[in-house]
Amino acid sequence: MSRTARRLRYVLKRLLQALPIVLAIVVVNFFLLHMAEGDAVDVLAGEAGSATPEYMAELRAKFGLDQPLPVQLLVYLKNVFSFDLGYSFRHEMPVLDLVLDRFVPTLLLMVSTILLAVGFGIVLGLLAATGLNTWRDTLISIFALVTYATPLFWVGLMFIVIFALNLGWFPTSGMKNVAAFNDTWSWANIKDVAHHLVLPTVTLSLFYLALYTRLMRASMLEQAGMDYVTTARAKGLTENRIMFVHVLRNALLPVVTMAGVQVGALIGGSVIVESVFAWPGLGMLAFEALFARDLNLLLGIFLLSALLVVAVNLVVDIIYSSLDPRIEVG
Amino acid sequence: MTFWSLFKRNRSAVLGLVILLAIVFMAATAQLFFPEDPFRLIGKPMSSPGENGFLLGSDSLGRDVASGIAHGAKTSLLIGLMATVVAVGFGTIMGGLAGYYGGRIDDLLMRVTEMFQTIPSFIFAILLVAIMKPSIESIVIAIAVVSWPAVARLVRGEFLSLKTREFVQACHTVGMSDIRIILGEILPNCLSPIIVIGSLMVATAILIESGLAFLGLGDPNIMSWGFQIGAGRTLLRSAWWVCTFPGIAILVTVLAINLVGEGLNDALNPRLRERT
Repeated sequence: MSRTARRLRYVLKRLLQALPIVLAIVVVNFFLLHMAEGDAVDVLAGEAGSATPEYMAELRAKFGLDQPLPVQLLVYLKNVFSFDLGYSFRHEMPVLDLVLDRFVPTLLLMVSTILLAVGFGIVLGLLAATGLNTWRDTLISIFALVTYATPLFWVGLMFIVIFALNLGWFPTSGMKNVAAFNDTWSWANIKDVAHHLVLPTVTLSLFYLALYTRLMRASMLEQAGMDYVTTARAKGLTENRIMFVHVLRNALLPVVTMAGVQVGALIGGSVIVESVFAWPGLGMLAFEALFARDLNLLLGIFLLSALLVVAVNLVVDIIYSSLDPRIEVG
Repeated sequence: MTFWSLFKRNRSAVLGLVILLAIVFMAATAQLFFPEDPFRLIGKPMSSPGENGFLLGSDSLGRDVASGIAHGAKTSLLIGLMATVVAVGFGTIMGGLAGYYGGRIDDLLMRVTEMFQTIPSFIFAILLVAIMKPSIESIVIAIAVVSWPAVARLVRGEFLSLKTREFVQACHTVGMSDIRIILGEILPNCLSPIIVIGSLMVATAILIESGLAFLGLGDPNIMSWGFQIGAGRTLLRSAWWVCTFPGIAILVTVLAINLVGEGLNDALNPRLRERT
């Protein structure tokens, strides 16, 4: 079979493998929704102040809660696969519209965070591994240890105190100055958004930076003990060439994999960071939904973020398999 | 060599242990030094640290920050420990069964852990607590639910490699029952990695708990560090100390537990010591 055909088959296979996971996530979502909706009827009935049995039954019928469970599940599946995620009663908008509306800011935050964390993590891990057991290594390891133990929301608040309130270098919150620029792609607007993006990005990337630094360091050390390094040394290559050309390339692979795996955790972190900095993305929306007890919306966000992780993992796998020819794609 | 002399070799782990013991002491004596309910308003609001008899200042309602930190230590340690016990217990059972019996059970377990790795765990925890209503039990359950798959995977791997070893086969030949082999022979041999992952999990659980409490999903009747920070965030401009000190408490606690965990790893897995 030709290479392209094999690759195509691999992509198809991975897509098929992802399908049961997607289905399972939707089913979990349904049961959570089921637990929450029973609640919602009680809450709505309580708010209306007239919790007669007839009214409760009417509400249940309205939500389809009087149907048997399997029927409800099928209806739910049908809705989800036709992109209907329900209705947010607090925002008086379909959940899907709300979620899509907030998707871009979160994507912006996540992409910049991954770039920063992976980039600096690789550099720091490299510096630590090349200066093994020197003050540089110790310093970087202590930095990684401390940031690994720091709660994100607290770092965010401390950054606000130091860099926004005291020094005034960055804005405290939001994504842009109120209605300053209408044109999305104007230079002034991009600069404004970037200025607002700095603190949330740095905050969110700290934890992952620690992770990638440690991973990169361990990965470099592991590779440095391999046979091919001995061979390269025997050939008379310089240490620098061995480190930066041979070892570095191989050491990067686990870091790339980890970056894919960590996307799920990153979304969780963005709930915290976005609510600290009032960054108008999915995380902030989740925080608002939490406050308004809008579980329908919260579940919609949950579902979408889980699907996003599946998609990212798929893409990473496919990129990865074409980066590393040793991986069997057959 | 004894366990202690191995553990002692890692200086930072000993430091971590000392700090951790100090925090445990603080949690245990909170009632003694701060007999008042930490939610009670006991003095002038917004006192800065050292002012009006407040060691670490007071918040906008006149609650004592230091008292909150002492009482919050109990909450963090308790929830971290309970969630870990539940997660490790459940994960060990699932991983052990999957690794020992293999086949269908194993397939199912691997699919489930795969799903859990895909689901953004913090949002999942938020959802679970929001649906079950915030309380100590629901927080413990939520943290355990998002944490157990890691334990299950680890234990499964250990069981897979141990079950083919000669001593296990010898047990089969003498007609030992499955349950006795699992509990009496294999499990004791994989306790070290379970203890290590469990100790590190306490740290993660404390971070998750503080994040939940920060978002307003803490047990409303119990003082916790995350709640203090969440309540103090509106005062950043005027009273920086309300947020700062509980955060340092979380940082120091989690750091200490991580150091102890790494020390345990070094002491219990001597083969791995040279690797990092």
